Amino acid sequence: MNPISLHPLDLAIAASLVVVDILLSVFLRLGLHRQLLISAGRMVLQLTAVGYVLRYVFALDSPAATGAIVLVMILVAAYEVAARPSRKLRGGNFLVSIPTVAGATVLTSVFALVTAIRPAPWFDPHYAIPLVGIILGSVLNAGSISLGGILDGVTGAQASIEARLMLGERWRVAIGPLVRQSIRRGMVPVLNQMIAAGIITLPGIMTGQILAGLDPVEAVKYQVLLMFLLSGGSCLAAIGTAYGAASLLTDGRERLRLDRLTGPK
Amino acid sequence: MTLSIEGLRNALVGPFDLRVEAGRCTAIVGASGSGKSLFLRMVADLDVNEGAVSLAGDDRAAISAPAWRRRVGLVPAQPGWWGESVAEHFDADLRTRAAELADALRLPADIFARQIFQLSTGERQRLGLIRAMLADPDVLLLDEPTGSLDPEATLAVEALLRERLEAGVVAIVVTHDTAQAARLAHTVLRMEAGRLAPL
Repeated sequence: MNPISLHPLDLAIAASLVVVDILLSVFLRLGLHRQLLISAGRMVLQLTAVGYVLRYVFALDSPAATGAIVLVMILVAAYEVAARPSRKLRGGNFLVSIPTVAGATVLTSVFALVTAIRPAPWFDPHYAIPLVGIILGSVLNAGSISLGGILDGVTGAQASIEARLMLGERWRVAIGPLVRQSIRRGMVPVLNQMIAAGIITLPGIMTGQILAGLDPVEAVKYQVLLMFLLSGGSCLAAIGTAYGAASLLTDGRERLRLDRLTGPK
Repeated sequence: MTLSIEGLRNALVGPFDLRVEAGRCTAIVGASGSGKSLFLRMVADLDVNEGAVSLAGDDRAAISAPAWRRRVGLVPAQPGWWGESVAEHFDADLRTRAAELADALRLPADIFARQIFQLSTGERQRLGLIRAMLADPDVLLLDEPTGSLDPEATLAVEALLRERLEAGVVAIVVTHDTAQAARLAHTVLRMEAGRLAPL
């Protein structure tokens, strides 16, 4: 089966649904029409730009260009992870988000590229960039939820953490319940994704491959591989952000340092 | 064994200089917000501080923070709880000793079978004291230990503290009750604007 190529007119017909949404928003006074218009416009511009950038980078076939794209993607995701919690670390949430997002994404992506997918060369941009993009999505979710769990929850947990410190317990033990709770929360999106896959939803990658003409069973293999990678990346990101933030909120004398937090409680 | 504090300070309070010998109790009175609780937290090394603190000649800076806090037990006015049930906050091996202390502090026999949310403020306060005492610290830092207690329970806490003092424990007690300070303490100090002065 050959993929059915989409023409601008096909996209214009689909865009009529957004126009209908906008009309309904005006008619029902939902106040969403401006937001819909901006969001849809931004989405078209962003994806079109990405399409052309990727086409250019694929044509270059240069490890440096691929690395630069991956670096930009990681930095944008790290910014999002840092920005989500309402409370910030003095010095910036970047202290936690950059190493965690970069570490989780690079480890998971390289692992998949050199073991399961094995393109030649292993950093082939056709495989490396989309793979990093998909993994970053999950890493972003897990990292931001887990980081928010620590930064937004530690003030409320001060009494329980310090109760253990007062009894001579190590900071890792004292802050352990909050860290574990934050990691569990960070893992919820990917767990839901795996549970729902195939029953409640057909995952986007698999659907895209089937629409592009790939055999459904082959598409499923790719989806299963990706789900495992997303699970691995999410777990690393949730653990990294939680322990990273927890370690920055304690000091060498095993004190809880809430003075290192800023922003609204 | 002597608790020695020299030049203890942070950005808000101090410097403090204090020596408390084994078996002696120092009470600190003073207005709310004057820095009493902060002082106890600094001695326990829970807040950032400067200065020299030692116990029986052992410099605090040379001891790990957890090891220091096992020797210097702080009981805050409102103890914290990390679990749902009372039982999970007490070592199963020390349950008999905990039950004896609970009985001495007029707590009901079934207290260890309860959930934390079922406890009154006074029950929580006394359980916090028991939890700290089970670690057998050399120093007890008590922040308003009877602030939520009726007179009978207050006398029970004071009797238990006297028992520990006779066993050689060093105690610093923050209280708003000057009569209690007179009953318990060998020295009473007043905290005013972040400095300690004789009453």
